[in-house]
Amino acid sequence: MSVIQDPVNSGVYSGQDQPGGTNYINHSKGVMSWLLTLDHKRIGLMYMVSVLSAFALGGTFAIILRTMLFTHSSPENPISDSGQELYNQMFTLHGAVLVFMFIIPAVPAILGNMILPLMLGAKDVAFPRLNLLSWYCYIVGGLFFLFVLLSGGLDTGWTFYTPYSTSTSTSVAAATLGAFVLGFSSILTGLNFIATIHMLRPPGMGWFQLPLFLWALYATSLIQVLATPVLAITLLLLLAEKVLHIGIFDPALGGDPVLFQHFFWFYSHPAVYIMILPAMGIISELISTFSRRHIFGYSFIAFSSIAIALLGFLVWGHHMYTSGQSGMANAVFSLITFSVAIPSAIKIFNWLATMYKGSISLATPMLYALAFIWLFTIGGLTGVFLGSLALNIHAHDTYFVVAHFHYVMVGSMMTAFLGGMYYWWPKMFGKMYNEPVAKVAWFLIFAGFNLTFFIQFIAGSQGMPRRYADYLPEYAFFHKFSTVGSYVLAAGLVLVLLNWIHALLKGKKAPQNPWGSNTLEWHTSSPPPHENFAETPTVSDPYVMGAWDYDESIDGYVHNPQKAQELAQQGHH
Amino acid sequence: MLAILAQTDKTLFLPPGRSTFAGTHDGLYNFVLWMSVFWLVLIAGLLVYFVIKYRRKSPHDVPEGPTHSTAIELGWTLPPLILVMIIFVWGFRGFRDMNQAPNGAYQVIVNASKWNWSFTYGEGANASQLHVPVDTPISLVLTSSDVIHSFFVPEFRVKKDAVPGRYNKAWFQATQVGEYNLFCTEYCGKSHSQMISKVVVHTKEDYAVWLEKQMRWWEGEKPADVGMKVYTQRGCKQCHSLDGVDGDGPSWKDLFGSTRSFADGTTRVADEDYIRESILNPGSQVVAGFDNVMPTFQGQIKDPEVTGVIEYLKSISTHYEGAVLEVMPGAAEAPPAE
Ligand code: HEC
Ligand SMILES: [Cu+2]
Ligand SMILES: [Cu+2]
Repeated sequence: MSVIQDPVNSGVYSGQDQPGGTNYINHSKGVMSWLLTLDHKRIGLMYMVSVLSAFALGGTFAIILRTMLFTHSSPENPISDSGQELYNQMFTLHGAVLVFMFIIPAVPAILGNMILPLMLGAKDVAFPRLNLLSWYCYIVGGLFFLFVLLSGGLDTGWTFYTPYSTSTSTSVAAATLGAFVLGFSSILTGLNFIATIHMLRPPGMGWFQLPLFLWALYATSLIQVLATPVLAITLLLLLAEKVLHIGIFDPALGGDPVLFQHFFWFYSHPAVYIMILPAMGIISELISTFSRRHIFGYSFIAFSSIAIALLGFLVWGHHMYTSGQSGMANAVFSLITFSVAIPSAIKIFNWLATMYKGSISLATPMLYALAFIWLFTIGGLTGVFLGSLALNIHAHDTYFVVAHFHYVMVGSMMTAFLGGMYYWWPKMFGKMYNEPVAKVAWFLIFAGFNLTFFIQFIAGSQGMPRRYADYLPEYAFFHKFSTVGSYVLAAGLVLVLLNWIHALLKGKKAPQNPWGSNTLEWHTSSPPPHENFAETPTVSDPYVMGAWDYDESIDGYVHNPQKAQELAQQGHH
Repeated sequence: MLAILAQTDKTLFLPPGRSTFAGTHDGLYNFVLWMSVFWLVLIAGLLVYFVIKYRRKSPHDVPEGPTHSTAIELGWTLPPLILVMIIFVWGFRGFRDMNQAPNGAYQVIVNASKWNWSFTYGEGANASQLHVPVDTPISLVLTSSDVIHSFFVPEFRVKKDAVPGRYNKAWFQATQVGEYNLFCTEYCGKSHSQMISKVVVHTKEDYAVWLEKQMRWWEGEKPADVGMKVYTQRGCKQCHSLDGVDGDGPSWKDLFGSTRSFADGTTRVADEDYIRESILNPGSQVVAGFDNVMPTFQGQIKDPEVTGVIEYLKSISTHYEGAVLEVMPGAAEAPPAE
């Protein structure tokens, strides 16, 4: 593409280990060397452990609630008060823990922290101390949530709608404080990424030589920094009303409950893109690498991320078509909502075009990328139903919506995350995973997810309302089917965890570059040394992979400086 | 036979449409559905085709192919753009019709409360199910006495939130006599999933008869039976048990005649006046140990129904030794229902 440094004289491209064998994991020892680390990779690992624990917790709640929904009440066997209360707690905690502690932080905080500086050929993020602080915010927020669990739970739904949330006796105050602190963790990560991408790009890497994962993280960070403060303000207002009885949202005190919904969705709709944009960034990397093809339509993909981030701020009202907001407002929100469909469609077409004439490998990360395209297409298309005013009225607050946002926020985001984890696993840990087992787990997850959620579109169209502890017998088939699907999905996820643990303990040693990608993180050893690169790597087009030759003896790719030179020359013509 | 015939208009996913909105809604739904199937098949088809056709033959492959084309990029943006604009306009027009009730529609006031629906008709009748005449535009004015609820009838494709402190409007016109489920679709606490009622669509003649009867439905019933019906149909049972175990509210067993103590430290014997006050103005004396969560039933429960509750409470209390009324007071003077 453009300016290229002298690629011939860089000695680190041998694909071999650093002399002395130290890397960021064994660089220093002791608990304190982790708890006080400023190394972005170690912070990424600490995030990995904590975010995956939250994932396990939220997933357990999901399995409990799906199990409760396997049966329904009958006149002889009515549902008990405690059964209803337990269910309401489960769906609330499931949503709150997974949204605030898994879906939002997973990709930026784990994979972003790990990979972003490496992709820039940098030593670390711009503000390593803020980075560590963000992890502590996450932990403190998590402790608040734990406190909620032990002190009466939470039954408001993750949406905290007033006036229910200001009138329930469950631990709303602690939960809002928890979400508030978690918000800061998110803001700090976003701030750091923006500064890092602006300041620490290496010479030769202009904005249009950025890997697309970084464009996606950049767009995400903009949202995190601009939208999350609104959540913080909203939660503070909620607390002020609950504790000090200042009338803001509660009509009994002269407030307006619909105002809360505006505030809440002003954050939470953009937050949907905090969840999905980084996932899309991963997919761009995966599709290109495993098709061994230059990504198609680089600038369209990059700009579509920014377009989605900006338009995402203007559609919050589509969650409130039935709330009584004016017909005019509904029309405007509907129109803008449809416009977001376009950049999303562009990305899918570009991924397909990248696969065209490629050399497609079905390694596990690629399987996840393909699953992503399937799930995201379904999620997006059902979003067209919901964006349409007339159709939304019927589908709103039914299982149709539940299925839709699980396809987008969970199915798509989770497959991208898992794909990214498998893709960067060799880099992060220097170990390979067991490929056949990983594929079986992928299959269980893909099948389980579709079994669980596809049928919910039908249940919702048939009128099954969401957040119901109990249901009429005509919906029994849908629920039983979905519950069985969720067990398959859970089995797949457990298998992934076992696969990872096995890789850590018994995995084959990973080569520097098992996939042949050309982004800079593959230009250092696996795992990278404490300071990331022994020598500053040379920047070239991240999607030109021709300079990497396959080497059977290490089952990986080795950099060929000669070819790199030639390709760089060609790029100039 | 009729039941089977009634099923035939079931579309692939939707329940049978029973209001005038169903036509537009279902038409658009099917359009978007088939459009989605088209795109999904196209995308998934290409995906699978590419995976097979361009599968990796050797790790040494260095494939070549196009990396960008502005013409193609702009070209493939067009079909989705046109499609979503069509869907937007179609959906907006459908919504506009749903939003504005025709002049002279028959009005029903909907009051939602935890976890009970209350429908008030112009003629003064009140019921926990929505009864309407067929082929008549019905306009709803919705509000709530506690938290947000939402009114949803799947067969009618209609939904609107009932928000405290606001009056939201909705309307529909039922096209077929029958009974349809009415759900609460905004999460409203413990018994959200039990807040299910019915819409009963009558012929116009039957509706007039029902309305007449509903205004004095308690006539000819034993007062305690009236109280029992209020208990099951008006949502009291979601919070008050009959077996002595407290739920969200105190159990009704042995309530009448007992001495109540209140959050403010005062006490009082639960007599007729107290019960009446508790139903119409529950916040005035909050029983110690409970939250002030009982909605008021002022305007929704008529005096004879309150009497029914009082007599019913008497019949299940060991603190009350007197007689329980056998006939509704004043029943003799009331004009007989036609
Ligand atoms: C949302 C729950 C809820 C519903 C529904 C409800 N109540 Fe209550 N009720 C309460 C609570 C809580 C109390 C105690 C606090 C208070 O006195 O306001 C109470 C108190 C009462 C009392 C006084 C009881 C005592 O122990 O002194 C009466 C009588 C009563 N309710 C009648 C009714 C009737 C009749 C209905 C149905 C038409 C009804 N309630 C529906 C929650 C409810
Ligand atoms: Cu949204
Ligand atoms: Cu409800």
